[in-house]
Amino acid sequence: MSNMRSLTFDAIIIGGGGAGLRAALELAKSGKKTAVLSKVFPTRSHTVSAQGGITCAIASADPNDDWRWHMYDTVKGGDYIADQDAAEYMCSEGPKAVFELEHMGLPFSRFDNGRIYQRPFGGQSKDFGAGGQAARTCAAADRTGHALLHTLYQNNLKNNTTFLNEWYAVDLVKNANGDVVGCIAMDIETGEVVHVKSKATVLATGGSGRIYASTTNALINTGDGIGMALRAGFPMQDMEMWQFHPTGIYGAGTLVTEGCRGEGGYLVNKDGERFMERYAPNAKDLAGRDVVARSMVMEILEGRGCGENGDHVYLKLDHLGEEVLGKRLPGIVELSKTFAHVDPAKEPIPVVPTCHYMMGGVPTNVHGQAIMRGEDGKDQIVNGLFACGEAACVSVHGANRLGGNSLLDLVVFGRAAGMFIEGALNEGIDYLDASESDVETAMKRITRWNESEGGETVPELKRELQAIMQNSFGVFREEENMQKGVKQLAELRGRIANAYLPDKTNAFNTARVEALELDNLMEVAEATAIAALERKESRGAHSRYDYPDRDDVNWLKHSLYFPADKSVGQRDVNFKPRTVDTFEPKVRTY
Amino acid sequence: MLQVSIYRYNPETDSAPYMQEFQVDTQGRDVMVLDVLHMMKEQDNGLAYRRSCREGVCGSDGMNMNGKNGLACITPLSEVVKGNKLTLRPLPGLPVIRDLVVDMGLFYQQYERIQPYLQNDEPAPAIERLQSPEDRDKLDGLYECILCACCSTSCPSFWWNPDKFVGPAGLLQSYRFLVDSRDTATRERLSELEDPFSVFRCRGIMNCVAVCPKGLNPTRAIGKIREMLLANGS
Repeated sequence: MSNMRSLTFDAIIIGGGGAGLRAALELAKSGKKTAVLSKVFPTRSHTVSAQGGITCAIASADPNDDWRWHMYDTVKGGDYIADQDAAEYMCSEGPKAVFELEHMGLPFSRFDNGRIYQRPFGGQSKDFGAGGQAARTCAAADRTGHALLHTLYQNNLKNNTTFLNEWYAVDLVKNANGDVVGCIAMDIETGEVVHVKSKATVLATGGSGRIYASTTNALINTGDGIGMALRAGFPMQDMEMWQFHPTGIYGAGTLVTEGCRGEGGYLVNKDGERFMERYAPNAKDLAGRDVVARSMVMEILEGRGCGENGDHVYLKLDHLGEEVLGKRLPGIVELSKTFAHVDPAKEPIPVVPTCHYMMGGVPTNVHGQAIMRGEDGKDQIVNGLFACGEAACVSVHGANRLGGNSLLDLVVFGRAAGMFIEGALNEGIDYLDASESDVETAMKRITRWNESEGGETVPELKRELQAIMQNSFGVFREEENMQKGVKQLAELRGRIANAYLPDKTNAFNTARVEALELDNLMEVAEATAIAALERKESRGAHSRYDYPDRDDVNWLKHSLYFPADKSVGQRDVNFKPRTVDTFEPKVRTY
Repeated sequence: MLQVSIYRYNPETDSAPYMQEFQVDTQGRDVMVLDVLHMMKEQDNGLAYRRSCREGVCGSDGMNMNGKNGLACITPLSEVVKGNKLTLRPLPGLPVIRDLVVDMGLFYQQYERIQPYLQNDEPAPAIERLQSPEDRDKLDGLYECILCACCSTSCPSFWWNPDKFVGPAGLLQSYRFLVDSRDTATRERLSELEDPFSVFRCRGIMNCVAVCPKGLNPTRAIGKIREMLLANGS
């Protein structure tokens, strides 16, 4: 142990996607000793797959657009458990963050007047829902995530950010006072395990869609930050809230952007009926994602699904014409041909709701500081620990995220965390060093895998976990089935704790990385399952057959999952924005 | 049963690289090469390759499949398999770390060399910098690069001079900034490329164009840079 190498930074950012790179950029510019530690080369992070755009009231498509309308949509979209101070911060700071990206070189598509192109997306309105559909999503064709991620990486190169690429963070290191003072990480290329010491540790590890069998998420989305935080004993917020994107390609799970519907595409059932007109008479195909996904499942369950097994519906785009498709949705044309074997200019794309986004995560304030529950039952800041992006739950997305709000979340809160950490470092941060036994605690699980001598292997256990989540915690949920799922997960946890890593070599051992990822999937799955069972209502993405209505009396709250005893508590939602009136909960219709 | 022959090398256990034969049961389905790799990894846990998005946008799984570079995740077997045989090798020309994982260091260095970020010496406005749709159109076919290295590692000029020839991927990005109406560092960028190697080692072989999984055309971009260098009076 004592011969383990250590590295020391002012701030270590775990994850090289949009949130991590935006935070890193802020800190690199300030001259703080910062490193981004990423298990993949940064441009391979999942931000690269974001397609449709970044929603923000930059008043380009509509010169009278107002960030308050965007905030209203966000709060309503989240079914009123988004924190209003956080939504206010994101929507009002958004334009600054988007203009910064443009100044950095992001190749946004353009209107004729030279301003940034904006398209309509789901759940968008003008004038607090009274003025009809808005067009607020800034786009670089349908490759906005790619353009954004590469731009941020390029600007980090410009500012000489230190990168630890293809390094895997194993676990957080806490000192005797419970402050987070760094992490244990493995250089994947050599297998060397290193103690990374840091005054600020930022979890920017993204989502964890790989807990489901069918997901739009990259193979790397295994909830590493969530797993680390849970093992360190910190609570998670709103983990039952998982977004199922209406349009994953049937069979493959790859994403087809909501921008398709923003550009005029629509969904049809086997009778060719544009069924969303029945479920959301005003917004139709541009209702909230949770609403559209549920409507699709209803169509399928009622026998109006398409295909031999009637288990999907069609997304119709051919009426848009080849020119619009080529100009605005070129990536979708490519993906459809590759994964659905259809040319959307001629035939509809078979689609089905697919796990897409984790609204829950590490509870934080708008500065990215992680929050836990103090002994007095009140919120308490976790010293040294930060989170931003999908791994965090600020919460701006509440029970359902609006399309295009994810990229905005990344840059606004990545930037905010960076700025806050810079200020805190300037004022001086002084935590107790970790002791040898503190480090040993964080080494436990990698040591366990390295010493495993037999047992079940990772791929089969992972498949089982994904099947449990798919079967018991999908679009519609119900008590008995979830009880069964929770029980199966508890049993699976025991088996994973005794699983076997056959390959113990050191050079680029991806089997070891996948084993460590499996532990994280397990943590995320169990937190999701237990929180879902506990929330006895239907709100946003969490829909229960047995509790079909929203229950504002008992559940206008965040859920808080505590890993130590696997219990679920509640946390108040913020209804006190600083500059606007509170948006009171209303019946949510589109 | 698909016959797969795959390049194996683990520096800790193998004295030299070798080709290993696998039998993979795809149940007659036309799956992607990446799916076949997953099936092989279940047979042999130690098999190493990179992968992330599995939809052709992250650029992790560039490799050589039956002699041609491409992305495993968007290459269906029907596109590459000949006579029921599939041969998988790492991208050529870069040092192998393990199995299909290559050391991309030289490739990234050439990318960094072209200063792949917008440079504009005028103060930024309060909103975005304006750009006409026509000027923005000039970036199409350039900015979409995913840094998979399929092009540069199929280029004989890059094999010979990976330290001095920027290579197709880096030059494509160089032109992306040269042609951006918002970038003001054109002169400086061109002067960095004026030597006999950086650009002029391109012999127009066009392997880069043949393999680019995103359908981009580095050779055309290199031609444009040559024209700019000549016009610049070098």
